[in-house]
Amino acid sequence: MITAAQTKKDFNVPPEVENQWCPGCGNFPILQTLKKVMQDIDIEAKNITLVSGIGQAAKLPQYFKANYFNGLHGRALPVATGIKASNPKQTVIVTSGDGDVYGEGGNHLIHTIRRNPNITVIVHDNMIYGLTKGQAAPTSQEGLVTPTQPQGVIDEPINPVAFAISLDAPFVARANAGDPKEMQKILKQAIEHKGFSLVDIFQPCVVFNKVNTYQWFKEHTYYMEEDYDVSDKVAAFARAAEEEKFPLGVLYAHNRRTVFEDAVGIYNVDDRPLYMRDMNCSVRSALLASQK
Amino acid sequence: MSKHIKDDFSIVIAGQAGQGIQSVSHILTHVLKLEGYHVFATKEYMSRVRGGMNSTTIRVSSIKRDAYKSSIDLFVPLDPNGYEHVKKRFTDDTMFLGFKNNGFCSDCIMEVDFINIAQAIGNRLYANTVAAGAILGLMGVDVEQPKEYLRAFFVKKGEEVIKKNQEALEKGYKMGEHFAFSNDVTCSFETDEDVKDDLFISGIDAVGFGALAGGVDFCSSYPMSPSTGLLTFLAQHGKDCGVVVEQATDEIGAINMTIGASYAGARGIVTTAGGGFALMCEALSLAAMTETPITIHIAQRPGPATGLPTKTAQEDLNLVLYAGHGEFVRAIYAPGTPVEAYEITAHALDVADKYQVPTFILIDQYFVDALYTIDKEEFAVLPYQKYLVESEREYKRYAITDDGISPRSVPGYGDGLVCADSDEHDESGRITEDMDGLRMQMMEKRFFKRKKLLEESALEPEVIGKKSAKTLVVCWGSNRNVVTEAVENLEDKEVSVVSFVQVYPLHKNVKKMLTKADKVVVIENNATGQFANLLEKECEIKIDKRILKWNGELFSVEELTEKLQQI
Repeated sequence: MITAAQTKKDFNVPPEVENQWCPGCGNFPILQTLKKVMQDIDIEAKNITLVSGIGQAAKLPQYFKANYFNGLHGRALPVATGIKASNPKQTVIVTSGDGDVYGEGGNHLIHTIRRNPNITVIVHDNMIYGLTKGQAAPTSQEGLVTPTQPQGVIDEPINPVAFAISLDAPFVARANAGDPKEMQKILKQAIEHKGFSLVDIFQPCVVFNKVNTYQWFKEHTYYMEEDYDVSDKVAAFARAAEEEKFPLGVLYAHNRRTVFEDAVGIYNVDDRPLYMRDMNCSVRSALLASQK
Repeated sequence: MSKHIKDDFSIVIAGQAGQGIQSVSHILTHVLKLEGYHVFATKEYMSRVRGGMNSTTIRVSSIKRDAYKSSIDLFVPLDPNGYEHVKKRFTDDTMFLGFKNNGFCSDCIMEVDFINIAQAIGNRLYANTVAAGAILGLMGVDVEQPKEYLRAFFVKKGEEVIKKNQEALEKGYKMGEHFAFSNDVTCSFETDEDVKDDLFISGIDAVGFGALAGGVDFCSSYPMSPSTGLLTFLAQHGKDCGVVVEQATDEIGAINMTIGASYAGARGIVTTAGGGFALMCEALSLAAMTETPITIHIAQRPGPATGLPTKTAQEDLNLVLYAGHGEFVRAIYAPGTPVEAYEITAHALDVADKYQVPTFILIDQYFVDALYTIDKEEFAVLPYQKYLVESEREYKRYAITDDGISPRSVPGYGDGLVCADSDEHDESGRITEDMDGLRMQMMEKRFFKRKKLLEESALEPEVIGKKSAKTLVVCWGSNRNVVTEAVENLEDKEVSVVSFVQVYPLHKNVKKMLTKADKVVVIENNATGQFANLLEKECEIKIDKRILKWNGELFSVEELTEKLQQI
């Protein structure tokens, strides 16, 4: 049953906002699913901030009724960290592509996982560059022929989930945009998990990637069994390393790490976000007076 | 030999990195300040943790003298190789106290083997305190107060360390006293009671206090000499003041994190040097496009590339003036004294927030590391204003308004949504490619209207001397005090100093003032005269003379006096 509160929060943008995605794009099911998840979790739009970089996936916030910061290519994660650290009450979700998060922004991914803000990072992983018209992405598979790799891709593709597990990310999962039902469950858990959450979503690019299609992803993935232990790091590694068929679902989840915004040390006594605070002149003056 | 310790006395301590120059100068400067002397200290050092050769200059005077003088009145080598390092600064009257150096006039040296004395007390670590004691003894400063200072200084280290240091001080003191007696060294100095309660702080700490006074509550930065002091200051004191401080893992992350924080309602600052700022340029453009306030503090050092990491320069003005792709506005400030740094840092934060633009504070290694005595009253509580509005349901982040400023809200503050975009956007923040309509309207708002606002709010340069003087000597940033003292030395009423605390945009009176002068001289620490070029372009004038230096060293009062006398 849909409650009144939920229908009010459909997260739809006005109809005059033109969607720039191609018909059949794997971004559509991600957008629709994310809206359902947020209805389900029951958060008001004003308390959600979406952050993205550049690329077709990074346009998602344009089509979702919430706050957003659509920044630079590769730089969504530090922006999201800054937002969360200034206002821990906001639900902060990064939604961007594989080129953005794993390529241009790879360095930020490493250190954001280490820093561990309570944000969710959704990576639309289509194994190709769409907006720049079909070049290799960091997740492109070896041998893929593109306009800029006419002899086929020679670089080893990044394994984002193994990478995140190696850095002890508190929540690491993989979903398939071709299966919105399962994707919805995974995204819900990711957003509700406290700490840095990574969801790598296989998302077919129907224009530029003729290899990794809806069908291909269906054939090359499987869901992990019900009794899989998500807290076992070594087992998670083993699963993450599988490449014949990619495991889908929550690979790794734990609560063993302190969250960044809890550790910065200013919210334990006063939980108000920075924008609500007045400058505390007396503490600042006392500091000055204590100097010699 | 008969020697006289005169008012305005320069002590230079030199040694290898790790030999304790900083401890000697720390004890000495604080003790002298507590005795009522005005103290100004500046250091030069090499980019390494151990070895090399570094020096600190301590200028002691009965009135405020906050400028670098090169001539040395008392040289204290903590290492025999120190002589070579600073020999061009010796004069006929220089006194030498400390280690001997083969080949250097041995009769002139009041020889003290600091390490030998320290070892006799129990540890060579006490050598620094012996040296401090010897200098105080030579100057005839009362020995009891320094001993008390040592107690306070080492209180956490325990009674044993306190006692040993006090003993080391006394041993050194007696040596100094003995030399004063045997060499007929006399000391005549007025002291100033008021100095005792003054702050004794570095240029970078003045920026730190200014940032706190200006309401900063977010700083993410990446360490880079000589800019790191601000990050350290905020990390040390930030938590108590409600400031989120985070060391990023690169400059790109640092500035993007701060932009995110500012978008969410923090008042953010980043600190870096030229090379680090080069990495931030794309995000600078992002801040401008999204109209997210940010203040960027840059401590300059000589480039290109890694350059001279621990030396001083004013080489990054052009970088800061033109950084960032696309066209947008900015304000650039260059404080030259601690009080200016305090006020200007707060001002830069305020201007960034008020006009939703990037602002810059340009300082340099010399200013960062220089230590000043400052009357606490000069660091007054400054006006502070927040410019955020609570959003209505139909809130538009980039609303077109008459004055060009869109009321700024942040996520969660009110019922509206705050949508920011690095693409060209419409009033609500959504991507647009409407070139003749929205693009033109946004440029009008973001660029042309704000340019006017920044020009109208520009700070006027300070004129030291007569405004209508025939010759105007122009400087910006940390050269202020050195230039002022050099011009004073000329004793010519027709020569005045014009010191710019804001270098861009220029105050509207600047053009008229410079045009009226017979001669305009610009002094700066770079090879091309970056500010002189800017003045020529902005004021449509010809700069008559440029006095430039780009070897990594600051100007000294003597050097500038001589150069100005030739004009």
